[in-house]
Amino acid sequence: MAVYLLRRLLQSALVMLAMSVIVFIGVYAIGDPVEILISPDADQMERERAIKALGLDLPLWQQYLSFLANALRGDLGRSFVFNEPALQLILQRMPATLELAFGAMFIALLIGLPLGLYAGLKPHSAGAKVVMAGSILGFSLPTFWVGLMLIMVFAVQLGWLPSTGRGPTVEVLGLRWSFLTWDGLRHLAMPALNLALFKISLVIRLTRAGVRETMLMDYVKFARAKGLSPARVTYVHVFKNILIPVVTVVGLELGSTIAFSVVTESVFAWPGMGKLIIDSINVLDRPVIVAYLMIIVLMFITINLLVDLAYSALDPRVRLENK
Amino acid sequence: MMISMRAAAMAAVSAFGLSLAAPVASAQNLTMAVGAQVTSLDPHYHALSPNLAVATMLFDTLTAFDAEARVEPGLAESWRVVEPTVWEFKLRPGVKFHNGNAFTAEDVAFTIARVPTVPNSPSSYAIYTRAIERVEIVDPLTVRLHTRTPYPVLPNDLGQVAILDKETHEGASTEDFNSGKVAVGTGPFRYVNFRSGDRLELERNDAYWGDKPHWAKVSYRILPNDASRTAALLAGDVDFIDQVPTSDLASLRRSDKVHLAEKDGLRIIFLALDHQHPEGSPQIADAEGKPLGKNPLHDLRVRRALSIAIDRPAIASRVMEGTSMPSGQFLPPTAFGAIPDLAAPKTDPDAAKKLLAEAGYPNGFRITLSGPNDRYMNDARIVQAIGQMWTRIGVRTQVDAQPWTTFIGRAGRQELSAFLVGWGSSSGEASNPLRSLVAGFDRDKGFGTSNRGRYSNPEVDAKLEAALRELDDTKREALLRDATRLAMEDVAIIPIHIQKNLWAMRPTLRHDSRADELTRAQDVRPAPAQPAAR
Repeated sequence: MAVYLLRRLLQSALVMLAMSVIVFIGVYAIGDPVEILISPDADQMERERAIKALGLDLPLWQQYLSFLANALRGDLGRSFVFNEPALQLILQRMPATLELAFGAMFIALLIGLPLGLYAGLKPHSAGAKVVMAGSILGFSLPTFWVGLMLIMVFAVQLGWLPSTGRGPTVEVLGLRWSFLTWDGLRHLAMPALNLALFKISLVIRLTRAGVRETMLMDYVKFARAKGLSPARVTYVHVFKNILIPVVTVVGLELGSTIAFSVVTESVFAWPGMGKLIIDSINVLDRPVIVAYLMIIVLMFITINLLVDLAYSALDPRVRLENK
Repeated sequence: MMISMRAAAMAAVSAFGLSLAAPVASAQNLTMAVGAQVTSLDPHYHALSPNLAVATMLFDTLTAFDAEARVEPGLAESWRVVEPTVWEFKLRPGVKFHNGNAFTAEDVAFTIARVPTVPNSPSSYAIYTRAIERVEIVDPLTVRLHTRTPYPVLPNDLGQVAILDKETHEGASTEDFNSGKVAVGTGPFRYVNFRSGDRLELERNDAYWGDKPHWAKVSYRILPNDASRTAALLAGDVDFIDQVPTSDLASLRRSDKVHLAEKDGLRIIFLALDHQHPEGSPQIADAEGKPLGKNPLHDLRVRRALSIAIDRPAIASRVMEGTSMPSGQFLPPTAFGAIPDLAAPKTDPDAAKKLLAEAGYPNGFRITLSGPNDRYMNDARIVQAIGQMWTRIGVRTQVDAQPWTTFIGRAGRQELSAFLVGWGSSSGEASNPLRSLVAGFDRDKGFGTSNRGRYSNPEVDAKLEAALRELDDTKREALLRDATRLAMEDVAIIPIHIQKNLWAMRPTLRHDSRADELTRAQDVRPAPAQPAAR
C-alpha cells in the first residue's frame, strides 16, 4: 500500500511538471500580456518599463526556470493584473466554486439515483420512458442556454430567485461560505441546478444500466429464490453493486465541475475559480493561469486516488497493490 | 378611449409586477452592474478606464472632466500658466480626506512622486505625470508644476491622476488599497467593502466638498456577461447597468420597465491600413491570388476607394441599431481640435471602382480584413459588413475575426494588411489620437505607439509637434485641425463611426451620461417626479 501511494505521488509530480511547461509555452504562444494590460495611452518607454516590471524581458526558458525555483518554495507568482499572489487569489475563490460543485453533485445524486433505480427496475413502464427521454434533454441542452432560460423564467418572469451573483457569506474556518444563509441558498439554487442538469442525466443512465445488468445476475436470482423481500434485494444486493461505476464517474465529474464550471459561473456571475480563470485567460494573466491549472492537476490526482481507495472499500475483490 | 384605458391597465399591471420582483430598492440605496472588470482600488496601479471610474468615486483629481469630456476644476479651483514651463494650481480650501486629514499641497507633491514608483504596475499612470519635472510648494494651497518643455495638455493629463494623502498613503502597497485598509480619498463615496471580481460597496461621503451624491449606499457589481447583466436589470436585482448589448436594444426600447440613456462617446472605430511593406503587403494578392510585388495600399487612390466603398450609414443603422455616428475623423465634431464641418465620406461604389481602375487595379485584388470579435460593440459584424462592401467594388475580401488576445499581437507585429480597431481619447481632445494613431512611430518622442499600420507623414508630425508646444488654445486648436485634415485627406486610417455609450436603468432613475464611458454612482439620480396623469 505504501509503495503504491509513493509511486502515485511520483507520477503526479511528473504530470504537474509537464503541465507547467505546456501552459507556460501555451500562454506565451497566444500573445503578449503587455499588449493587453497596458493603457492604450502608454508610450514606448512605458511599454518597456511594464515588460521589465512583469519579468517578460527575459528569454522564456529563464522565465520558466525562475518560476520553477519559486514554485518549489511554494510561490506560484503574482498576478499581473491584481498584483496579489496567484495562489491566494485562487484560494479566495475556492469556497464559492466548491459549494457550487458540491451543491450540483448533491442535486444530481438526490434526483438521479432514485430516478435511475426506478427506470432500471421498471424499464417498460411509461414513467421510465419519460425519465429516459428527459435524460437525453439533460445531456444535449447547452448549459449556457439553459442557464439563461432559468434566469428568464425564475428571476425575470416569476421573480422567485435572484438572477445572478452570490448571496451573503458567513465566515467558517477562515473561509467565506454562502450556503449557510437562506439568501445564500436562494442564490445558489439556480447555478447549482444548471450545473447539475448534465450530471443528473448521467447518474440516471449509469444507475439504470447498472440495475438492469445486475438484476440478471445469479446472486440476485438466488437472493430472490431464497425468499428475500424485493426491497432487501434492491437496496442491499443490487444497489451496492451498481455503486462502483457511479462512484467512479461522480468522482471524476466532481473534479471537472470544480475545475471547469466556467460557463455556469460566467452566466450567473458566480465569483468562483472558473470565472477567475476565464477572466485571466482573456488578459493573459499567466501566473494565475499556470497556478490554477497546477492546482487543478493536483486536485484530479487526489480525486483519482480517493476514487481508487473508495473502490477497495466498496468491493473487497479490488486490492490496491503493486504488481 | 378604450385603448388608453387598456394602456393604463397594462401600465398598472407591469408596475405591480415590477414592484413584486424588486422589494429591495429603497430610495437611498443603489445597485449598479458594470460589464468591465475593476482590477484594483489602488488608483495608481493599473491605468484602465474601469479603474478610473472607481477612482473618481473614492478619490478626486486636481482637474476633472465634465460629461462632455471638457476639463473642469476638481481639487484645484483654478490654474494658470506662469511661464511656458510653469503651471500654478490653486487648491480648493477646506477639503478633507475620509479619515479627516486635510488636503494640502503636500499631498499633491506626494501623489506625483508616488505615481511612477508603484511596484509591478502592468500599466503605469506615470505617462500622465512624466511631463512634470518637479513640484514646487508655494503655500499649503498653491503648487507650481514645472514641466520639462511647454506642455499644454497638462490639465487634461492630471484629470487621470487621483490625489492621495501623504500621511495615510506613505508606503502603502496596492494590496493595502484592495483590502480597504487605505482606500481613503476625498471623493464623494467612502469605501465599505471590496470583493475582487465580484462587487464594491460604497457609502456616501457626507463631508464631500462638491455636490453630494443622492445615494447613501451603493453596491457596484461586476457582471461581464451581457445577457446576465440585462437579465439582472429586468429581474430587478440591479437598478442600473452599463454596456447595454445592442441585440437587446430593440426589446428594451419597447419595455416600460426600463429607461435607456445614451451619449455620443469619444471612441472612434476605424480601419488601420498597412503603410509598410512596399514589396507587397502580407495579406494582399492580385485577383488570381498571385503576389502583386507592390503594396496597393501605398496608392492614395486605392485607400480612397476602400474608404468610399464603405456604406457607413448602413453599418450605423443595421449593424449598430443606431448606436453609432458615422465619422470622417477621430473625434465628434464638437470636441477640441476636431473639424466641425468634416463629415463622414459619402458612399460611392462606382467612384471607388473608377479610382481602383485609375490606380491600375481594374480587376481589383484580394485582401484579408482582420478584427477582434470580443472587444468593441459588434466588432466582428462590422468587419463582415465591410468585407462585403469591399468585395462589391472588386476587392475580394476575406474576413478574419479573432479574440483580442491573439489579434492585437499580430497587429502589433505588422502581420496584417487591414484591420479594425478602436480608440477612445482619454484627454477628450485631438492631440491624443493624432499622437498615438497617425504620428510616425518614434520611441524618443513617444509618437505612434498605436500606429500599427506605421503611417508616416512628416507634415502631420510637424503640425502635431507645433501643437504640442503651443499654449494658446486658439492657435493650438487650429494646428490640431490642420494635422487632422492632412491625415484624413491622405486616408491615413479609414474612420468608420464613433460609438454611442448606452446605459439602462429602472424608469425611476436618470443618468447624467458621460462621453468618456465612465459609469459612476454620482451620475445616477432619481427621475424628477412624474406628472400625476399621463
